[in-house]
Amino acid sequence: MITLSYVYLLGGALFTAVAILSGLDPSNPRRARTTAFWGLMALSLLLGDQISDFGNGLIVLSMAGIAGTGGLGKGTLTLEAETERQAFRQDRGARIGNWLLAPALIVPTAALTGTLLLKDLMIGGVHLVDPKQATLISMAFGVLLALAVALPLIRTTPLVPLQEARRLLDTVGWSAILPQALAALGAVFALAGVGKVIGDLTATYIPAHSPLAAVALYCCGMAGFTILMGNAFAAFPIMTAGIGLPLVIMQFGGDPAVVCAIGMLSGFCGTLMTPMAANFNLVPAALLELPDRYSVIKVQAPTALILLAANIALMTLFAFKV
Amino acid sequence: MLTLAGIAIIAIGFVAGFNPLLVVTVAAVVTGLAAGLSLHEVISALGKAFNDNRYVSMVWLVLPVIGLLERAGLQDRARALINRLANATTGRLLIAYFFLRQMAAALGLTSLGGHAQMVRPLIAPMAEAASEARFGPLPDPVRHQIRAQAAAADNIALFFGEDIFIAMASILLIRGFLAGNGIEVEPFALSVWAIPTAIVALLVHGVRLWHLDRQLARTMQAVKP
Repeated sequence: MITLSYVYLLGGALFTAVAILSGLDPSNPRRARTTAFWGLMALSLLLGDQISDFGNGLIVLSMAGIAGTGGLGKGTLTLEAETERQAFRQDRGARIGNWLLAPALIVPTAALTGTLLLKDLMIGGVHLVDPKQATLISMAFGVLLALAVALPLIRTTPLVPLQEARRLLDTVGWSAILPQALAALGAVFALAGVGKVIGDLTATYIPAHSPLAAVALYCCGMAGFTILMGNAFAAFPIMTAGIGLPLVIMQFGGDPAVVCAIGMLSGFCGTLMTPMAANFNLVPAALLELPDRYSVIKVQAPTALILLAANIALMTLFAFKV
Repeated sequence: MLTLAGIAIIAIGFVAGFNPLLVVTVAAVVTGLAAGLSLHEVISALGKAFNDNRYVSMVWLVLPVIGLLERAGLQDRARALINRLANATTGRLLIAYFFLRQMAAALGLTSLGGHAQMVRPLIAPMAEAASEARFGPLPDPVRHQIRAQAAAADNIALFFGEDIFIAMASILLIRGFLAGNGIEVEPFALSVWAIPTAIVALLVHGVRLWHLDRQLARTMQAVKP
């Protein structure tokens, strides 16, 4: 069976290449730290299951230390290299035209078809791919396929995609691993029972005497708690057990399906407004080279607040059958 | 109460502008210590959780492909494509992308889209090119504003589309939670109640994107009289 560990090997190979290429680039002002950072990431991907939990913890601490004390550096192009890149673009653009868009669509298409087809594919009574991870595994296949198509189409060497991956990772920097670190933080929060403490506090100290007040408390609680945790899935069981179930559903007779469905969507409003949801909010800002880390959140906030109000109205309207 | 120290560290750390990766790691360690774990146990717990969540970072596997295609001029292609459409504006393009992304997500096709795969190589350059065609060269703040709008459209369309699909993780989570409390709900009943908010999201964000065109026109007029 093909499992995620193969995908991690591929990822480990990519980050190893990025670390080596960073180490060989004299134009990067923080060459050693950049190499160390991506090298640690590669180590975690390649050997994470072999080294102890404590060893993995030291990897996280070291990466955070590198990021927090001056950060990573970026390779820069000379003017000559810049001109050369432009010439390359114009030449290939004229020759390939819109066919260049085709490899870009291979990855999402492969992820999609792979998820649909490979999930149930059995060979000799064994799943060909781990059904729970079909999307990620198919995406990894898609990446290899897209490279196999694009390299001959563009007529260049396999080193080029690796150099380009490094260029993009240089722009994203340490925030590339922030989503993973936040997921780890969520696990530590769960271990320490942070959610329960907050849920109890909210349910104990904020009164709700009418259906509307209970609905508003639940929806705002979902959004607010999601802002703190960065993830509506973490907020949902706590807020629903603390407020949604005892107050909105039990005490005021709300329909569980309506309450929970719209409650979850209220949490998503919170996701749009929090830096804790780094993969949606901070990573794109880095990826799009925006100077303000929070600019995506700023654009999203008005829509998120209007939708939160809309959710309170919809739940009040539809959850209570007359 | 001491368990909330980690949350306080995060709030203060983010507001004070410390490196978020460092803030998050410190918060995790402090939370673990506050919960009564030893330092060795906390670091192990953090390491285990980090290792278990490696799949989150696998989105970066797509970078060699995107980078290679960008090197060969993918963004130029995306721009050229938009310039052929005489009526394209930034707002209209993003409304169209929002609608398609939301519909696809509602059908369970959440992997069509995303910031690394679609927004950076295709949607953001197209959105910029549409305004360039109308107003000429854009100053950097306007360019950044358009890019942020492209990223936001991807997020909002995804969030308020995916819950309509019955096999989505959030629907499974809700069912599991309710079943644990003795309440059985059909997945279909849950996904139906995601539809009203999805429609409101399309309307609200659609209007905001439509306004974006007028706002861009005003800004660009102010820039060069």
